[in-house]
Amino acid sequence: MSGNILRRVRVAEVEPVANRIKRFRFVDIDNAPLSEFSGGSHISVVMHSGDRLMRNPYSLMGSPTDTSSYQISVLNVDPSRGGSRFMHENVKVGSELEIGQPLNLFPPAKLAKKHVFVAGGIGITPFMAMMNELDGLHADFELHYGVRSLEDGAYCKYLQSRYGSRVNVYRQDLGQLIPLETVLSSQRLGTHMYVCGPKPMIDWALQAARLLGWPDENVHSEQFSAPPPGKPFVVKLARSGRDIVVSGHQSILEALEENGIDAPFLCRGGACGQCQTEVLACDGFIEHNDHYLTEPEKVSGKKIMICMSRIPTGSITLDL
Amino acid sequence: MTLSTIKSRPIYPGLTPDLNARSNIIVSDKAGAEAVAELLSRADSNFAKRTTIILADTLADKDRQAIARELAPVTIEFHATLADGIARLRQLLDGAPMGLRLYAAGSEPLIGLVVQAGGDFSIDHLSIRTEHRGTLMRRVQCVHCKTFIENVTTNPVKCTHCGITLLVRDHYSRRLAAFQGVCIDAEIPGDIPPTEALYQ
Repeated sequence: MSGNILRRVRVAEVEPVANRIKRFRFVDIDNAPLSEFSGGSHISVVMHSGDRLMRNPYSLMGSPTDTSSYQISVLNVDPSRGGSRFMHENVKVGSELEIGQPLNLFPPAKLAKKHVFVAGGIGITPFMAMMNELDGLHADFELHYGVRSLEDGAYCKYLQSRYGSRVNVYRQDLGQLIPLETVLSSQRLGTHMYVCGPKPMIDWALQAARLLGWPDENVHSEQFSAPPPGKPFVVKLARSGRDIVVSGHQSILEALEENGIDAPFLCRGGACGQCQTEVLACDGFIEHNDHYLTEPEKVSGKKIMICMSRIPTGSITLDL
Repeated sequence: MTLSTIKSRPIYPGLTPDLNARSNIIVSDKAGAEAVAELLSRADSNFAKRTTIILADTLADKDRQAIARELAPVTIEFHATLADGIARLRQLLDGAPMGLRLYAAGSEPLIGLVVQAGGDFSIDHLSIRTEHRGTLMRRVQCVHCKTFIENVTTNPVKCTHCGITLLVRDHYSRRLAAFQGVCIDAEIPGDIPPTEALYQ
């Protein structure tokens, strides 16, 4: 399964919701109902920026049962690889886009007694859909949301008015930090923690949970990072004998797609493992940028996640 | 422990201490106590202070004293039956906070009932550290009349309630903490293979 069943949508609404963050609402091009999704799902959005093709993953943040539209929030990252800037500068009300089907690599644990959400900045988005879903099920949850300031943090007021004391906002500009150790120390058995935000924050939260004796099975995280740029290199495809040039700002997967090659993928963020590909030969070493392969697998140099990882220069031969 | 082609057949990776856990509960029987001693030898004194052992087995006084010496200084609660030990475990889990780590060492029925109790308190079965020691006997459910047959050592085995001769399958239910027993002579009544003492 390459997860690339695409659907054409029209942008029905664009709203600035915080500094550098815009909310986009998509409806089906023929106003047909969209699929329901589950809290924590994301879609990939196809972007044709000049001669470049990108497909960036964004968490769905609306109500999972609302089939009339999908909503995402996009932070204009600086420096941007082009995706978030394209969304901010080129996508207007009425624009048409292609999106993939919703996929969920970050679902809430259905058997949990309680859910503790830890969000940093734009990492709030998957939790908005999760809280919407869990609230409907009368499940027990609380949110701890760290923002730089109220101008930088999206949806603070909305979340507080909707969920009341279950929402805790921490403002960096006032020196407030999420008191994670206190939060995690007083939770009942069967509680699950979920963290989404910048990588240092995720690492910090996972470490805090581990040191407080939380089992790995109760701790969940999601991070979509863009494939880091580098220098151009060549991918040799062993099965078809083709040579594909990967430019400095492209991932291997994007270069393959640009050349009409259907390679497997799901999350496009180095998390799910779907695009794992066998390496048959390689000049030098692989820059592994995923969080899927184990350390021994990375060191072996025999596998690569083509959505995120690259080589510094030269060529790499893949079993494709 | 034999490998099985049946996916639900549990595997028990062995005990390792979680040195970060705020509290540890270890449920064990006499055979499992050896695995617990090995676990304690790989942990620090703080681990021992945070740990409670529920020893559920029928023990002679001298065995009890020997185990208490071997597992000192950890607090040991002795319970004469597995059912009593599991009831005590449920008491300890009720109202416990996160940061608790659960361990089970000994027979498969003991491990299965610990995992079942943990599940009732939303503890993920993969987070429970388990080690199989001692007897191979199984807890079996008759899929026909739903009776649980304890301490099964043979295959096939007669259901203690409905009397059907059951093939003991590796097919396991974590929810029921039991292997599944199905009628062995459904096609040709009376065509029953010889009884083997497979689970001594």
